[in-house]
Amino acid sequence: MNAHDEERMKHLLRQALPPVEGEQEPSLDLWPAMLRRLDADSAAPALPGWAWFNWAWFDGALAAGLVGLAVFFPASIPVLLYYL
Amino acid sequence: MQSGSSDVLIEFRQGNAEAIEAAFETLFHQYQRAVYGWILRIVRNPAAAEDLTVETFWRIYRAHARFEPSRGFEGWARRIATRAALDWLRTVRPESELPEEFSAGLAAPAIADPAITAEIRRKTALAFGRLPPKLRIAATLAVIEELPQKDVAAALGISVAAVKLRVFRALRLLRTNLERQGITP
Repeated sequence: MNAHDEERMKHLLRQALPPVEGEQEPSLDLWPAMLRRLDADSAAPALPGWAWFNWAWFDGALAAGLVGLAVFFPASIPVLLYYL
Repeated sequence: MQSGSSDVLIEFRQGNAEAIEAAFETLFHQYQRAVYGWILRIVRNPAAAEDLTVETFWRIYRAHARFEPSRGFEGWARRIATRAALDWLRTVRPESELPEEFSAGLAAPAIADPAITAEIRRKTALAFGRLPPKLRIAATLAVIEELPQKDVAAALGISVAAVKLRVFRALRLLRTNLERQGITP
């Protein structure tokens, strides 16, 4: 795509999606919504210390499969690393 | 966006719990319009922009300990707002966006090019909505909104060269998608 094509695409894009007009404002004051969000956050129960280790069964199965593949087929390790 | 007063910024960064809350409220009222306007330019959906403004300030509140008052509030808030908008764009299906509704209410009236039919405009808008969000956000800010590439780069946390590359890739991908539909831009 040369510079001329690029300019044509920019023109087409501006025609399809004009820029936002002037300064837009929210339809209402968002502070009450902000307070609700902060209250909900502070009311949420604290996560236990082991929560970071909350794997789904699929994650565990996938990790086990990858470890198994690496153990029984060491030649696959470079391929796995390539796709990581 | 204006730069918040330095006292408020310092209180927000290192005050006690009450001072942080007071400073946060001040900053919220001072910047909510600017943050909303910035997000609206990206997501082009007023209801989503309001939700994302609240989400942005929630992230700002949670991250107050990482805020550096000397670098100002504006750039930091923009970066967080841009990230929140990008997260939203990743979750929304392109077909559910309503560019027509947006154009009717919020977009600046463009001088219509008679060579570009309404159908081509509609297909271009839909094809643009299907681009990867990272490319779309760069093209939206740099091409549609015609913001300085330096500002776009700062908001996205990338270099100006990377912005140029993303815009180029977005336009090239858009052209390919349109050509597949039989539209030669």
